Amino acid sequence: MQARPRDGGHRLRLARLGLLALALVASASLGARTDADAQEGDTGTTTTAPTSGQQPAAESIRGRIRDEDRRPIEGVELAVRRGNRTIGEATTDGEGVWEVPVPSPGTYQVTIDTDSLSRGAELRDPDRATIDVDVGPEQNKGVIFPIGEPRTSGVQAGSRFFNLVGQGIRVGAVLAVASIGLSLIYGVTGFVNFSHGELVTWGALIAFYFSATVGGPEIPLPLATVLAMLFGGVLGFALERGLFGPLRHRRSGNVSLIVVSIGLGLLLRNVFQIVFGERPRPYSDYTVQENVEIGPFALPPKDFVIIGVSIVVLIGVGLLLQRSRIGTAMRAVADDRDLAAASGINVDRIILAVWIMGAGLAALGGVFQGISDRVIFDMGFALLLLMFAAVILGGLGTAYGAMVGGLLIGVVTEVSTYWIESKYKLAAALAVLILVVLVRPQGILGRAERVG
Amino acid sequence: MDIVGVLADAMRTAVGPIAAAYAIAGIGLNLQFGYTGLLNFGHVAFMLVGAYGTAITVDDGGPLWLGILVGMGAAILLGLLFGLPTLRLRADYLAIVTIAAAEVLRIVVRGGGESSFTHGVFGIQRFANSFFDANPIPGGDYGIGRLSFTQRGLWVLAVGWSVVALTAVLVALIARSPWGRILRAIREDEDAARSLGKNTFVVKLQSLVVGGAIASLAGTLLAIDRQDVRPDTYLPIVTFAIYTMVILGGPATRLGPILGAIVYWFILQFTDSFLREAIDAGWIPTSIISADDIAPVRFALVGLGLMLLMIFRPQGMFGRREEVLIDGR
Repeated sequence: MQARPRDGGHRLRLARLGLLALALVASASLGARTDADAQEGDTGTTTTAPTSGQQPAAESIRGRIRDEDRRPIEGVELAVRRGNRTIGEATTDGEGVWEVPVPSPGTYQVTIDTDSLSRGAELRDPDRATIDVDVGPEQNKGVIFPIGEPRTSGVQAGSRFFNLVGQGIRVGAVLAVASIGLSLIYGVTGFVNFSHGELVTWGALIAFYFSATVGGPEIPLPLATVLAMLFGGVLGFALERGLFGPLRHRRSGNVSLIVVSIGLGLLLRNVFQIVFGERPRPYSDYTVQENVEIGPFALPPKDFVIIGVSIVVLIGVGLLLQRSRIGTAMRAVADDRDLAAASGINVDRIILAVWIMGAGLAALGGVFQGISDRVIFDMGFALLLLMFAAVILGGLGTAYGAMVGGLLIGVVTEVSTYWIESKYKLAAALAVLILVVLVRPQGILGRAERVG
Repeated sequence: MDIVGVLADAMRTAVGPIAAAYAIAGIGLNLQFGYTGLLNFGHVAFMLVGAYGTAITVDDGGPLWLGILVGMGAAILLGLLFGLPTLRLRADYLAIVTIAAAEVLRIVVRGGGESSFTHGVFGIQRFANSFFDANPIPGGDYGIGRLSFTQRGLWVLAVGWSVVALTAVLVALIARSPWGRILRAIREDEDAARSLGKNTFVVKLQSLVVGGAIASLAGTLLAIDRQDVRPDTYLPIVTFAIYTMVILGGPATRLGPILGAIVYWFILQFTDSFLREAIDAGWIPTSIISADDIAPVRFALVGLGLMLLMIFRPQGMFGRREEVLIDGR
């Protein structure tokens, strides 16, 4: 994105700075509002004071310590260090607010003195009394120390692991649903669709339009999801009939199809950005939910529903492929296109059916992803690499491979954060992909063949 | 609307240092994609290691020339890393693995804190002072009106286009050598090349590595021009943009990537300046396209252009249709 002349870059940076400032102001006023709800009205102005007062004085780290009932805690001592050097110390005031100015952007360690926490308050996570903070240029960085019932560490370690597994199953279920189309389209046409991620985003955006746009139809999300799948199928139909089908009939090679799909993905992604905007937005339904425990897993109810519906959908797809006439034909075409054509199967119709089904499922995956996270214009592109990992791990070209690979990749990505920082989790999944290509390129369920 | 100014903007970008850097990267990609038929979608990673190799070396006290070599060496290693697992497999695997590996690399570089040697999101700045100290061009501005460069810009530009010329000559020599003929044979029919006793795996690997080393120079040039490296400069879209340039100019031609880069940046900057002026002048209501939308509009056009080129004119402006990979593998 930096590939632009210098003055353009400046403008962009300025715009980003403006956005950042806007976000800061917004969050400050938001904080003020919740505070006013909780307490007397006049606290609102005092909380914003540190932001506006310190704005010209470059960088600082600040925060506010409040107990579980959102009452400020006074007299908590905090220290900011960089390496071995202490940069500054602060004690929270009557509003629980503290602030330490720092000399320059960089990484600092903020430590809360747990002994100074009064009223028997304790850190929710006792292992995180020290937090690494990255401060950007001219940033007043906020740090949160959650106060509340501490989780006893032994049980917590176990439950954290299971929670990650649970989250992984959810991510994996979404991946499995979304990547069946990618794998099956490859299976029947031999073409890797690099714009498959945009089919996922498309579904999420359609559901967003129907359920959460102000002034839109505002129908319930489950109904909007069905519509999203329908529209997904329509897009799949249009792409096969209008673009990829004709190209295939022209005997365009794999390479040119892939490059075309790259261009298509780029086009769609940026059109989405223009229409939907840059900001991630949640659906209006099911945004914040309390975790519930089922077995060892504590997840929000929406995640359990997503997992449940995904499993039903996956079984449905399996039955369709295994039992129905068209499903059998799909597998036959994926297995050997010429042989299938010779035995009287209308290959073009089957390919069209695969595109419609695959795009519909991708749209469903997009809605799921939007529900459990948020809707953003490039969510599908972010998922695309994970979907590649999933279908290659499972075996490129088979629907069941996408299911198995999706679940495995989902669990691997989430559980990897038990050991590594979560910002590296995509890297962990892609490392699995590279490893699979090295060791077993045909994947778990694929058939070994000479592929080069 | 200042149409002359818009054209001057576009012209300045089209011959500017960024276009030169992209032309170098395109020359590297042309060797891999145009001549050999390799679908390398992680090209930006070669630029990343070139840029970071230079920046880190100088940041740790090394001289600039050593940094450039370190960047090149890292690109050669990266090429081996990309190629060894994938080049025995179908073209799709190389495409997927390279795009994935390039993202892994960016995430890892980005993930380090300020104290790590890549400085994480903060990046590294002001490492090319020795390059600008060596500037022999006397001070002042050169050019007419908006189409002018500072003394500093002209220096980067001169060096940049010299490197473009050198790498273009190198690739042209490669292409007419016996080794270059094997590359084309692999593109046309790898099985035939193999049955003639050529070790196509090794030749493909060499092509990937040489193309990558050339691209590392592009990364270095971009980094020197900005005096700044940051991980988020090296997004997958850079690779896609370079593909657009190479196909626009004409794959497997000597001058294709260079002319492609010039035309690409001319069109891109023209669109950018034109839209800005049109929005300022009130020709386009901001309800349809606001100033914030200009970047996505540009990239949407790149996507559309890439699609249409590949469908209707895969040989680009100057290529020959027989030389182009219409029927892949």
